[in-house]
Amino acid sequence: MTFDHTMLQKQLERILPTVQKPGRYVGGELNQIVKDWDGVETHIALAFPDIYDLGLPNLGLAILYQTLNAREDVFAERVYSPWTDMELAMRKSSIPLYALESHRPIADFDILALTLPYETLYTNTLNLLDLAGIPLYAAHRSDQHPLVIAGGHACYNPEPMSAFIDAFAIGEGEEMIHDIVNAYQAWKRSGQPRATLLKALAHVSGLYVPALYEPDYHPDGTLRELRPLDPAAPRRITKRIVAKLPPPPTNFIVPSIDVVHNRVAVEIMRGCTRGCRFCHAGFINRPVRERPVEEILQAIQTALKQTGYEEVALLSLSSSDYTQIIDLVDQVSKHASENHLTISLPSLRIETFSIDLMDKLKSSRQGGFTLAPEAATDRMRATINKPIAAEQLLETARAIYSRGWSTIKLYFMIGHPSETLEDVRAIVDLCKAVIAEGRKIIGKRAVLHAGVSTFVPKPHTPFQWAPCDTQEQIQAKQQLLRSELRGPGLKMTWTSPKDTMLEAWLSRGDRRMAEVIYNAWQNGAKFDAWQDQYRYEIWQVAFEQAGIDPAFYTHRMRAEDEIFPWDHISPGVRKSFLLGEYRASQTQSFRSDCRESCFACGILPTFAELRRANPGKHWMCPEVPIRKKKAVLEPVAS
Amino acid sequence: MMRCRITYRKTAPLRYTGNLDIQKIWERYLRRAGLPVAYSQGFHPQPRIQQACPLPLGFLSQAELADIYLDNDTLRPDDITRSLQAMPYPGIEIAAVEEIDLTEATLAGRVIATEYLAEWIDPLDADQLTSKASALLNAPQLLRSRRDRNYDLRPLIEALEVLPADSSHNAMLRMQLSARQSATGRPEEVVSALGYAPYDARFTRTRIMFTP
Ligand code: SF4
Repeated sequence: MTFDHTMLQKQLERILPTVQKPGRYVGGELNQIVKDWDGVETHIALAFPDIYDLGLPNLGLAILYQTLNAREDVFAERVYSPWTDMELAMRKSSIPLYALESHRPIADFDILALTLPYETLYTNTLNLLDLAGIPLYAAHRSDQHPLVIAGGHACYNPEPMSAFIDAFAIGEGEEMIHDIVNAYQAWKRSGQPRATLLKALAHVSGLYVPALYEPDYHPDGTLRELRPLDPAAPRRITKRIVAKLPPPPTNFIVPSIDVVHNRVAVEIMRGCTRGCRFCHAGFINRPVRERPVEEILQAIQTALKQTGYEEVALLSLSSSDYTQIIDLVDQVSKHASENHLTISLPSLRIETFSIDLMDKLKSSRQGGFTLAPEAATDRMRATINKPIAAEQLLETARAIYSRGWSTIKLYFMIGHPSETLEDVRAIVDLCKAVIAEGRKIIGKRAVLHAGVSTFVPKPHTPFQWAPCDTQEQIQAKQQLLRSELRGPGLKMTWTSPKDTMLEAWLSRGDRRMAEVIYNAWQNGAKFDAWQDQYRYEIWQVAFEQAGIDPAFYTHRMRAEDEIFPWDHISPGVRKSFLLGEYRASQTQSFRSDCRESCFACGILPTFAELRRANPGKHWMCPEVPIRKKKAVLEPVAS
Repeated sequence: MMRCRITYRKTAPLRYTGNLDIQKIWERYLRRAGLPVAYSQGFHPQPRIQQACPLPLGFLSQAELADIYLDNDTLRPDDITRSLQAMPYPGIEIAAVEEIDLTEATLAGRVIATEYLAEWIDPLDADQLTSKASALLNAPQLLRSRRDRNYDLRPLIEALEVLPADSSHNAMLRMQLSARQSATGRPEEVVSALGYAPYDARFTRTRIMFTP
């Protein structure tokens, strides 16, 4: 089918004035890359299955956009989910989902690459495929359809979405994406059927092609085995990492409308060595790799020139742990004060040193100071392996209130394994102690905002064996907090238990979840990440239709030797190490930061070759010595 | 400090960008161009960029005006034009830059009328449009309601003129509408008063008129 650009433009001109924020649907922003459609071999649509406002600032997509478009043979474009009003208008006028750069239909692309950072995007993914006119089930796609791939944190348990995705990219995409494109191009030139492409992709390290496997279950519903059906399919798919973080992207697309983050974002390091047992990101992003200060400063300078942005965010899982943090902050703040820049540095530790850092950055006092103690009793802190003395938190809070901030935000989680109502009540006591300090220092201006989310045990973490709290348990805990965490200056927000259930089913599910997700989408579920859109009843019905009990995924204590639906995906950390950590959590034993001493989590043996080839301090695991070859003594010819 | 008046065209890439966002875009444009914008005093210093008259979302413009204040006295309008053109911003085309006395009254307070062109997206009968337009001008009043408020559109219309189609465009309607405080005519209202769907036309602002 030929593409009629003028026709689409006219249709859009009529529709766009009738929808909210039409700027989401036109592209054309500063630094957008446009190429001649016919002049490139491979067309890739990079998709974020939520609205533009959330998708545009996504750093992972920005990295892929830059690295793919740096190739002359590739044109990578962007696509996001239209909001419900635009979706309705598009369906009414039969406008297929199109890419923002060329406005070409997504169905015309070679590859549709989805980023799935969290599970509540699954129904939106189906909706996106449907709007694009691509068959939802991978098995129904033919040679004419785009190859549908997905990557991102949620893909570490790919099984719930495995029916809909042709291949999952596990781990870091910077290098892997090029291997995928190369394999695709070789296949396309060969003229072979689609099945050949899937086998070729299974040979790419880090790629998981679900169609090449078949699950086999025990009578009790747990997994017996995920059997490879083809010699091309490896038993275990180990994530890909880059040995050294490549220079960060700088040529950010600057949106022409307001989005959630309007800023230059620079990842200062990847991974975290703290080992908090609840933290999915902490286990799947090992090892820790840092970027040099020089490279970060250079990137900021270039990015500011190219974008004109007024804000810079220095991103990592734990900013305080960046080795050269003082040096970095000193240099960045010098630049900031000369140029009216705002610098944000999230994920700081609970210590007064963090306030010094914010001071140096001349951080605005408006937004409040955020800390994440996560738990309030020593027993819970030992369970989750996040040791913070209450006195240290109070001292930090005192310093924050007395140094110009009137609001402190504290993040807690309820529902940690073995948590009791006493542990929850301790959150109340701690918050009251903090606000009491605040009132002593700045009186009635002091505000404490407690953000209390609910824990979901995630795959590949030490708590993967643990059950999730039931809705009743969560409600009882939230009830206690709501009735007691009150008083002048105290505010609290929490997550709806129903939202938590959805997150738990989707993140802990197996292949049978695909049917549930499909049913839910058919019954109208989408934008599940949006509280006002998510409808619990739809999901209940979807489970019933599939004949599956949701509690099987959420509330079951899993046996130590259970084979998990995600066991064939390896983040490099060993399951036996995770089990050790789980046991340690039950005896409340702390495990210190692995920068101090390596606990042999499995990363080094998995990536030994890579580490050996990349010695140096940028990578926080110990070095792997070069294997000494036995010297063979040969007689010297004379 | 110096004050410059920039006349610019707002083109397709920024068509769906509202006034608040345009303010941000100017801020970024000036930073990219290396022009030292001046900041307001006070607790939350804001860059001093003043738009003459807000443009409705979805409109194009051939004649937008903004006053910008720069922390500099030595730059000449030519230098500024050159700096801006060296770092083009998609959706903004610079038409003119002139230096303005710092004490002159703000543009926003002096707007009296605006002129727009409505071009129909699909061909339409220009004769019919012409007769409808003259009927409209002859009407003693045009009672309409917008956002639950009733008002008379007729006195807000200062002039209407139909431009017939040619090889490059469909028939167009030129309209001059009042733009005084609480007496602002909206071009979509005129188009729908003529009996056309407002979204069938593409709107371009062609002029902003000021008190001397
Ligand atoms: S290999 Fe050792 S140092 Fe590296 S992440 Fe694992 S425990 Fe930490």
